[in-house]
Amino acid sequence: MNNASPFLELESGPRVDITWDGKPLSLPDGANLAAALLACGIEVFRSTPVSGAPRGPFCMMGACFDCLVEIDGVTRQACMIEVKNGLDIKTINVPRAPNA
Amino acid sequence: MRKRDLVVIGAGPAGMAAAVLAAELGLDVTVLDEQVLPGGQIFRGVDRVSASRSKILGRDYTDGARLTQDLRQSRIKHFSGAVVWAIEENFRISFTHEGRGAQINADRILLATGALERPMPIPGWTLPGVMTAGAGQILLKQSGIVAQDAVLVGSGPFLYLIATQMVGAGTPPAAVIETQRLRDMIRATRHLGGALRGWPYLAKGLKMISEIKRARVPRYTGATQIAIEGEGKAAALTFIHKRQKKRVACKTVYLHHGVVPNTHAARSLGISHRWDAGQVSFVPELNPWGQSDVAGVFIAGDGAGIGGAKVAEYAGQLAALKVAEELNCISISHRNRVAVPLRRALAREMAVRPFLDAAYPPFEEALSPSDSTLVCRCEEVTAGDIRKYARLGCLGPNQTKAFARAGMGPCQGRYCGLTVTALLAEANGLSPDQTGYYRIRAPLKPVTLGELAAMDNMSEGPVD
Ligand SMILES: Cc1cc2nc3c(=O)[nH]c(=O)nc-3n(C[C@H](O)[C@H](O)[C@H](O)COP(=O)(O)OP(=O)(O)OC[C@H]3O[C@@H](n4cnc5c(N)ncnc54)[C@H](O)[C@@H]3O)c2cc1C
Ligand code: FES
Repeated sequence: MNNASPFLELESGPRVDITWDGKPLSLPDGANLAAALLACGIEVFRSTPVSGAPRGPFCMMGACFDCLVEIDGVTRQACMIEVKNGLDIKTINVPRAPNA
Repeated sequence: MRKRDLVVIGAGPAGMAAAVLAAELGLDVTVLDEQVLPGGQIFRGVDRVSASRSKILGRDYTDGARLTQDLRQSRIKHFSGAVVWAIEENFRISFTHEGRGAQINADRILLATGALERPMPIPGWTLPGVMTAGAGQILLKQSGIVAQDAVLVGSGPFLYLIATQMVGAGTPPAAVIETQRLRDMIRATRHLGGALRGWPYLAKGLKMISEIKRARVPRYTGATQIAIEGEGKAAALTFIHKRQKKRVACKTVYLHHGVVPNTHAARSLGISHRWDAGQVSFVPELNPWGQSDVAGVFIAGDGAGIGGAKVAEYAGQLAALKVAEELNCISISHRNRVAVPLRRALAREMAVRPFLDAAYPPFEEALSPSDSTLVCRCEEVTAGDIRKYARLGCLGPNQTKAFARAGMGPCQGRYCGLTVTALLAEANGLSPDQTGYYRIRAPLKPVTLGELAAMDNMSEGPVD
């Protein structure tokens, strides 16, 4: 649990270690990744390629793509992934190249 | 590659009920759903939920375990975590499963892909901390996490449901800010006859409202000029209530003004859709069995028009009956006999809808947002941009997509499509039907090269 998070975890279970932009975090094993990140106080998941505006999960059902993160070099929807030990997650903050 | 009799896409109440009945009637059924567990949106995570969370979520939720159990017990092949990204003409369905691409063939297809939250573009809706109310509820159902300082904004009984669940979890919302007005309720009384036929829903609604009151959660109705403030994330909600400007500090905003059919897969197959003025959305054109105008493709559940979980279940079963009859597993008279009570139950469940649609209409300001409000979240296109392109002669969403990129991003228009159609229709003085909708093409969800490469290598082993 994290006091800085606007979210409260009602239950607790075994945790595993992951990294978020190199920073170690301990998240509930098998939990939904987006939910687990929100619960530990991470609200901004990425910035947009157009204006660089911050974004976080919006729909939690795989439809909006605002929760995109990079895992092992692949862009994934955090709300569609389960927490596993050793996940190495990077935030996506790449502005779009002009004229792209 | 072996052909399945029926492939069901979506394991919500519609897909589960259809699959179970079809398998019982002797069909070879495969179910594909992108979520890790069956249940769809309403019964999300029901197989793993803890006892304490079950109590918060209530019987209407835990009852879903009946369907997930049936799905497991029967001879159905269910792939969870299977993201369907293409359905081709010969009914070859491509999906990603466990990091690999896979394909199966179907004789008949049932699309049971459910609903999406109606997009609610208001100023600030893209800020972190702003989510759909459905997302808030998914966090609770699936992960047991609740927002501590949330405001719920919009209209509809679903807001009451999540508010009471939050009260039950010991974290009541800071406020419920509703957009429906007294005159909507007065207009809705026209449909009171139907509403009374659906009286259990009304009783539930009134009970939820009184629970919210008892928990002393402030409720404001008829709110206008709603905006979310915050630097880098949501910090407060401002609105006008009874001519007074109000501001409620919050860390989380849950938006909801109804759900709309998720027509994405259906549109990619070229199925015809029409505008439903009562539901303020497009719905696919279907016959009473859920059969679309693309031969062999059926649609059931909220993807066919919003009816809720029970309607989804009955409609799924009706489609299963029709497919079983077409594939010679049952006779026409058998089909019709079983269909009679299903149709009766379905009509009873639908009776309350016209009343609810009229009493809790979508928020007008979000149907026609101010010029500076973002409508396309992915490409950051504003309502003003869309109006500008309408003035330059754009008649339909596929034109503004080409010029303004609205609908071009990864969500493929799921959260801007209806808004863009509404804005163009309004600006051009045309109907939504005349204005049309985005052309949807595969891939419905992004596929990685790695997943495709894995598909090339894959023998038919893992799937067949
Ligand atoms: C977020 C949300 C929460 C809701 N909560 C409630 C509630 O608590 N109570 C209530 O009465 N109603 C709720 N509803 C309304 C709900 O739509 C219906 O009550 C009911 O879930 C509809 O059932 P369905 O079977 O039609 O679709 P759903 O239950 O939505 O199931 C559709 C399934 O299709 C899957 N799917 C969609 N596209 C693909 C694809 N391309 N590939 C693979 N799988 C796919 C989804 O993962 C999903 O599991 C909610 C709606 C939403 C959007
Ligand atoms: S939060 Fe919408 S796709 Fe993940």
